[in-house]
Amino acid sequence: MADNSNRLQPGRRQFLSKAAATATLLALAPGVRLVDLARARAEDEPVTAAVRWGMLIDTTKCAQGCDACVRACDTEFGLTTSDRPEIDAHYIRKLDIRDEHTGKTYSLPMLCQHCEHPPCVDVCPTGASFRRADGMVLVDKHTCIGCRYCMMACPYKARSFIHEELTTQLSHAPRGKGTVESCTFCAHRVDRGQMPACVESCAAEGHHAMVFGDVNDASSEIGKRVRQVPSRQVRADLNLNTAVRYEGL
Amino acid sequence: MKTAHYRTIEGRSAGYYGLLGLLTVIVLAGLAAAHYMEVEGHHVTGMNNQIVWGTPHVFAVFLIVAASGALNVASVASVFGRAMYKPLARLSGLLAMTLLVGGLAILVLDLGRPDRLIVAMTYYNFKSIFAWNIFLYIGFLAVVVMYLWMMFERRMNQYSTTMGYVAFIWRLVLTTGTGSIFGFLVARQAYDAAIMAPMFIVMSFSFGTAVFLLVLMAAYRWTACTLGDAIVHRLKNLQGIFVAGTLYFVLAYHLTNLYAAEHHGIERFLLIDGGVYPTIFWTIQIVLGGLVPLALFYLPMFRRSRIWIGVGAALVIIGGLGQVYVIIIGGQAYPLMMFPGTEVSSNFFDGAVGTYTPSLPEIVLGVGGSAFAVLLTILALRVLPFLPRSLSDADLTTDGGPSAVADEIRSAQT
Repeated sequence: MADNSNRLQPGRRQFLSKAAATATLLALAPGVRLVDLARARAEDEPVTAAVRWGMLIDTTKCAQGCDACVRACDTEFGLTTSDRPEIDAHYIRKLDIRDEHTGKTYSLPMLCQHCEHPPCVDVCPTGASFRRADGMVLVDKHTCIGCRYCMMACPYKARSFIHEELTTQLSHAPRGKGTVESCTFCAHRVDRGQMPACVESCAAEGHHAMVFGDVNDASSEIGKRVRQVPSRQVRADLNLNTAVRYEGL
Repeated sequence: MKTAHYRTIEGRSAGYYGLLGLLTVIVLAGLAAAHYMEVEGHHVTGMNNQIVWGTPHVFAVFLIVAASGALNVASVASVFGRAMYKPLARLSGLLAMTLLVGGLAILVLDLGRPDRLIVAMTYYNFKSIFAWNIFLYIGFLAVVVMYLWMMFERRMNQYSTTMGYVAFIWRLVLTTGTGSIFGFLVARQAYDAAIMAPMFIVMSFSFGTAVFLLVLMAAYRWTACTLGDAIVHRLKNLQGIFVAGTLYFVLAYHLTNLYAAEHHGIERFLLIDGGVYPTIFWTIQIVLGGLVPLALFYLPMFRRSRIWIGVGAALVIIGGLGQVYVIIIGGQAYPLMMFPGTEVSSNFFDGAVGTYTPSLPEIVLGVGGSAFAVLLTILALRVLPFLPRSLSDADLTTDGGPSAVADEIRSAQT
């Protein structure tokens, strides 16, 4: 009987093993999720150059006539149109391209290329235009004086000046009349471990033409793709080492 | 060497007060235009997200370039030792300062956030040529103030030549900085060229001398003082060389571009089919601002006439404004070349020529800033003795002595 008292009953043993498995799963799951969420960091943790956010756009998958990425961006940042399209702000836009010699047409999204050597940052007199350690090129809205020199300097026409009083700003996207703005790579989303709005919408449409992630991480999807598939930078002659690359051009 | 005697202008005539009043009204209108643009936002201007720098920048860059050129006359006296120009050095320094202040006022008032001027003064990115220019402009004003003080203050006269050298070097660096605003822009086909800096220097010689000549002629005409032919004709000849020099740089710029297939698009645009820009280039910049002044300055039938010399100088200014317009606005209007050999289109006007029509507020701001420069000049002329009492031929010393003056007059008459 004494032996029997030390032996676990089958029902009890089953319960304990299930409990242990559940505890292990609960302990590991957040870690697994952290890896999934593109290495999200705590809000008070500084960004580092260990990460370089980048985007790979497969032009062969980018559908002509589809502007899901543009609409998603407009919604995410509260961008609106006016009665004068020349002054509207565009963070991302679809370019329709036709080869003059072969007649081949294709389409691709153009946005801030988040250069490693951004001309906009070089020319900004106050340093309002800056590059975050993880490669995102942003505008400090508190020190932008609205001189527009960055717009003169950008080879990609990525920046917009705000010509009118705005009333539709969103709390995560501070904007204002008299300053310059552009694509932020959805820093507010990426810092929370989410994908940029354009990338998410492209996937939701089923095109999967945009891949976003840490290009320094050879095991990430983008890290693998840029190492395996030929891709190119727009205006590669300027040697700006853009974070946005295009495949199939 | 004769000692020049200087005077203030009396400034009590109806003409003086009339001019003062007119300029004040224009300056106030400029301020009102800037206020309107700031309150409403830049959508009330012709500028947009394609043409981000407009008419205010044309006036501002012209005035800033002319400012450093206006100092030429002083430099010719101090650095190149031409004694004949010495009496004109004070006016030269004054114009250098007032033109710069007028240009900077326009530039600042056109900012998207002019209320953040203090930010521009306290946050610096030293890789930016704009940030450098802020120091170059302020430093230029300081250097010219010192230079003027050394010319005005008898005890300091001995240092004025040294200060003249400092000012001369500073103005060369300053205009290199202004030209490099465009020269350093790798993105655009019309810019990204080292020739921008020296071209702007020669443009500054030309525009600055033209403004100086007109102000000098007006000041002496309206105060009924003697302005001899010798000095006017020397300045005119100098002006002619600068006009030719500017034409040479424009030619070198376009020839270099024309040689490279990658620039054929922008050249075709600026010289042939770019709409208003080739028209301004050929008629205003080249013919009115270059060839006609050269004819007026050197053809026997015109070159003796003060009126035609004045007209020539005015045309240099008009041509200069046209040239800066083509550089700044024409350069932006041509679309960015992201994919050479393709036709690009989008709802953000990619691949399309930028549209721009100067708006009234922009023009009023630009003219207002220019009027501010003139207003400061005529106020200063009344307060301090900038002008020599007489610039008659007999009162001027040339480097070759009185006989050289006689030669100058003779050559002017033949």
